[in-house]
Amino acid sequence: MSTTSVLYDVPGPRAKRRVLVLSVIAGLAVLAALALVGMRLNDQDQFAPEKWAPLFDPTDEQFPLVWERIGTALGATLTAAALAMVFSLVIGTLLAVTRVTAARWYRWAVVGLIEFLRGVPVVIAIFFAARVLPTLGADMDPLWYLVIGLTLYNSVVIAEIVRAGINSLPRGQKEAADSLGLTRGQVLRLVLLPQAFRAMLPALISQLVVVLKDTSLGFIISYEELVRVAGQIKEVLSNPIQTYLLIAIIFIVVNYALSRLAVYTERRLSQGKKTARNDDGEAAMLTATAVGGAGTGAGAAGGGG
Amino acid sequence: MNVILDNFAYYRDGFFTTLEFCAYALIGSLLLGTIIAAFRVSPVPPLRWVGTSYVNVFRNCPLTVVLFFCAFGLPEIGVNGKYFWFGVAGLVLYTAAFVCEAVRAGINSVPAGQAEAARAVGLTFTQSLSNVILPQALRTVVPPLGSVIIAMVKNSAIAGAFGVGGDLFSVSDTLTSSRGEAILPVLIGVVIGYLVITIPGGLLLNLLERKVAIAR
Repeated sequence: MSTTSVLYDVPGPRAKRRVLVLSVIAGLAVLAALALVGMRLNDQDQFAPEKWAPLFDPTDEQFPLVWERIGTALGATLTAAALAMVFSLVIGTLLAVTRVTAARWYRWAVVGLIEFLRGVPVVIAIFFAARVLPTLGADMDPLWYLVIGLTLYNSVVIAEIVRAGINSLPRGQKEAADSLGLTRGQVLRLVLLPQAFRAMLPALISQLVVVLKDTSLGFIISYEELVRVAGQIKEVLSNPIQTYLLIAIIFIVVNYALSRLAVYTERRLSQGKKTARNDDGEAAMLTATAVGGAGTGAGAAGGGG
Repeated sequence: MNVILDNFAYYRDGFFTTLEFCAYALIGSLLLGTIIAAFRVSPVPPLRWVGTSYVNVFRNCPLTVVLFFCAFGLPEIGVNGKYFWFGVAGLVLYTAAFVCEAVRAGINSVPAGQAEAARAVGLTFTQSLSNVILPQALRTVVPPLGSVIIAMVKNSAIAGAFGVGGDLFSVSDTLTSSRGEAILPVLIGVVIGYLVITIPGGLLLNLLERKVAIAR
């Protein structure tokens, strides 16, 4: 581990013994804590089969019913996340471009809008969409309120990510494009944005994790996503711990996969950069594969969402 | 806009409840997050495993699910209390994972040469840690930690949506459902309440960032 080399020396025989002793103590402490929680749960009869079987045992008669609900709910969660992400990407890019190219007299308005929406809790954005839009005569499916609320918040976050991406590019890129006689729009569309997106792909995938987690706020506005359906299931089966455990596992598995994808993409991209510095044909090919890898990464993220 | 002025007392109480809630959550998550970060960089493997699993679980789990767990799970294992404290517990558990990652990233960002140089001039482990590594690590930790804290303030609204009594978010419920006010002006007041915390927080963070920035 790289962290060990910063904080302490490579352990010698005595330190190794100490680490071993501490490991045993720590391991026992963790096991003891788990056992304590387990005993508490057992005392409350939380390990009773009727609390677990409908969720985890395929032979249980309620199992297909429960999982049908969960499957639909997972679909609803993923739909909301995918829609919100797509809209946020489009609007966020437009905002970032506006902020970068805006003339001084209206730039403050764009900056103000971005700072304003960044400071508003996302749950209020969703609540706002669900409560205020109907009073203005827009009667929609709860899905759209959730998507609008998530988009309001996440588009400005993505705008900032894209802006950071554009700013991180070497000045020469813009200067070279300018000197070729491209218009401002072409410079952005053909030269700056593609590179900015490539550099920011890991951050964008990480943002997808945030969006996916925030879809769980749909339960507040009665959108039938995982958390709300979990609430209905636990009402029938009266097993809140087990039901929410299952929901937590589903979220963690999907989000963990996405996080790994972000880390992987980041590694591939930084590899590409390193080889690009050596000026030979092979390096250029490696860079090209890194770009291809990033492309499939984006595709997988889109499929996951 | 009269709604906000007429009900100013509600907003003020809600604002201070949110501040109080966030203060407890802040202290708790900084403590827990630093402990978990220490676990993650410790030489003892089981502690590292605990730290890593903690971060992976709580970073990938929505805050709503964590809060539901605290609200339904803790009473089942015999922990009882006011909803306020379940809310604080949920927010602390969730935010600590992000604090941990910010602190760990800070420690990792200190170049190994710094520690090697400190040992080469004869500093002991405690000396090199307190005089060389931590001062540099803390500077890198400030910006991400600040963002985590601002995000935490905004996340406190989620705990409010769960019914932490009387916080800024629940003011909107009180005013619209029991007093029948129009939703739009009420929500504008609530949003102003949050912006009063988050926007100066962001500016302060920028200032601090510039002040502690070090050239590497």
